[in-house]
Amino acid sequence: MLCIGLVGCSKKDNPVPEFQETNLAPLSIEFDNIVGARTFTLNNTGSPYKNAAGEEFTISFLQYFISNIKVETAAGKSYTVNPDSSYFLIKGADKDSRFAKVRVPEGDYAKLTFTLGVDSLRSTMPIDKRTGVLDPAAGADHENGGMYWGWNSGYIFFKYEGNSKVISDDANGDPTGKKQFKYHIGFFGGYSVPTINNIKVITMDLNAAGIAKVRKDRQSNVHLFVDLMKVFNGKTPFSIAAHPNVMFNDFSSTVAGNYVEMFKHDHTEN
Amino acid sequence: MTKKHWMVLLVFGLFVLACKKDHPIKEEIEKFLGFQKPSNFPEPVYNFANNPLTKEGFELGRALFYEPRLSRNNTISCGSCHIQSSAFTQHGHDVSHGIDDRLGTRNSPAIMNLAWSKAFMWGGGVYDLDLQPITPITTHEEMDENLENVLKKISVLPKYRALFKQAFGTEELSTARFMKALSQFMLMCVSSHSKYDQVMRKEGAVFTAEEQEGYVLFQEKCASCHSEPLFTDGSFRNNGLGVSAVNDQGLYAVTLIETDRYKFKVPSLRNLKYTAPYTHDGRFLTLDGMLEHYNSEVKDTPNLDPLLRKNGRLGIELSGTDKQKLAAFLGTLNDEAFINDKRFSEQ
Repeated sequence: MLCIGLVGCSKKDNPVPEFQETNLAPLSIEFDNIVGARTFTLNNTGSPYKNAAGEEFTISFLQYFISNIKVETAAGKSYTVNPDSSYFLIKGADKDSRFAKVRVPEGDYAKLTFTLGVDSLRSTMPIDKRTGVLDPAAGADHENGGMYWGWNSGYIFFKYEGNSKVISDDANGDPTGKKQFKYHIGFFGGYSVPTINNIKVITMDLNAAGIAKVRKDRQSNVHLFVDLMKVFNGKTPFSIAAHPNVMFNDFSSTVAGNYVEMFKHDHTEN
Repeated sequence: MTKKHWMVLLVFGLFVLACKKDHPIKEEIEKFLGFQKPSNFPEPVYNFANNPLTKEGFELGRALFYEPRLSRNNTISCGSCHIQSSAFTQHGHDVSHGIDDRLGTRNSPAIMNLAWSKAFMWGGGVYDLDLQPITPITTHEEMDENLENVLKKISVLPKYRALFKQAFGTEELSTARFMKALSQFMLMCVSSHSKYDQVMRKEGAVFTAEEQEGYVLFQEKCASCHSEPLFTDGSFRNNGLGVSAVNDQGLYAVTLIETDRYKFKVPSLRNLKYTAPYTHDGRFLTLDGMLEHYNSEVKDTPNLDPLLRKNGRLGIELSGTDKQKLAAFLGTLNDEAFINDKRFSEQ
């Protein structure tokens, strides 16, 4: 009886607010990188990861763009975050970057949609619209985290590098002998003629692991696990030895087809 | 009116003209007229509404164009490989040499009439002039620098802080402002004072008989790709060059579309006198060599342009006299005023 009473009380105190587009409150989406059954650690050469092909590897660099966040209530009311504040660069080397913080109307959300990459509209916008993480000058050069391709105007959506002993020292592997793999995946579909499109839109049902109750007086956090192992072990598994470098070629679509499976809703902190 | 009256009027008229000549014309030269579309040119494609040209913006762009700090070790400026006296190309070099004398794989393209350009680079990949300078700045064989560092190096110099303030109202130095200023300079580099232009605009010049015959030949044999008045249709085509050891695949490298293999941007034929050597890898040292390619050296490589395969023959038939006449006409496309225009020179 006491229990029921308490539940009844809390419900009364905290009803679901009416959905109003202007009544904004904070919501964060946490991109918590993991590798299979293990935590994400850079350069853990003492205990490397192992993919389905049995190849041991370590990760030296990870960055990806998350953009165009949209939420939807169980009743089907949806809200799309203003595109000018909906681009986030998640950096493996910077724990603080794992949260995509947005503002959405107060409400209970059962569905979350976001893009892995930078949509084609933004990829072709004038230079003035390319600020913050989209500034072509951001992150300096490609060794230091730059995510912009100058020679083929566009952004690298997903940049994942590491090392594996299985990589050969010849031109098909890493001729520098560092046994590095590099996956730089971009391609938004082309300016004028259609080219490869690796933009991935991901929609997650939050019902099973917990809906997001967004209120002004608290920080609702949708906690996602992002499993980097899926890059190798996704729907089209591949071996690092066979594809140590994937940047600007057709195989990039296979890698993108795999990484779209990385996201799993673990829980929501309301 | 008597004869005397006419004389007075004439003398008076001359006097007025003489008076006018000195001051107002001098002022005219100094006055910044902004971007002016030549009357025989089509509407430009660049979005000027997003980057209105101003004297201050242009001057900042010019300073940046000639600024060696855009390169890693502060030795190479845009003007190093885009030399005004060569119509902003690097005359005499098949492929350009950049920082530490590293060699690229392509010939410096001319910087002229870019306001009408829909795509940049020999092999495409860049479709907005405001994003183009990132490529040479970051390319290993060119300036080998990164944009963030360039902005850092420039922002500490009082000269640039002042120039940015004049151009954009505040000293703030952003990627967008940096790119827009460079665009302003490049957009102003309009070449439209060749003999051809003067003939077309009926400014008093006339073609010689040989030039006129060359013009007729040009219209018949060349104009479908090198269309007037820009002398390029801006498209990408395979003009039958034999595949070199570098195996540069042109447009294919940025689209990965099979039918784009070996296609390169059709270059303008303006200012050929100053821009040799020709083609994306500068393999033809002379105009005669280039014309002979079309006459007898076209190779049947994948995606060869259909215009170069007619009546069971590869290429475009050109006799010795044809070539001579074409060369005479193409000579009318040289714009001496453009390569000597002080506004475009390092100040």
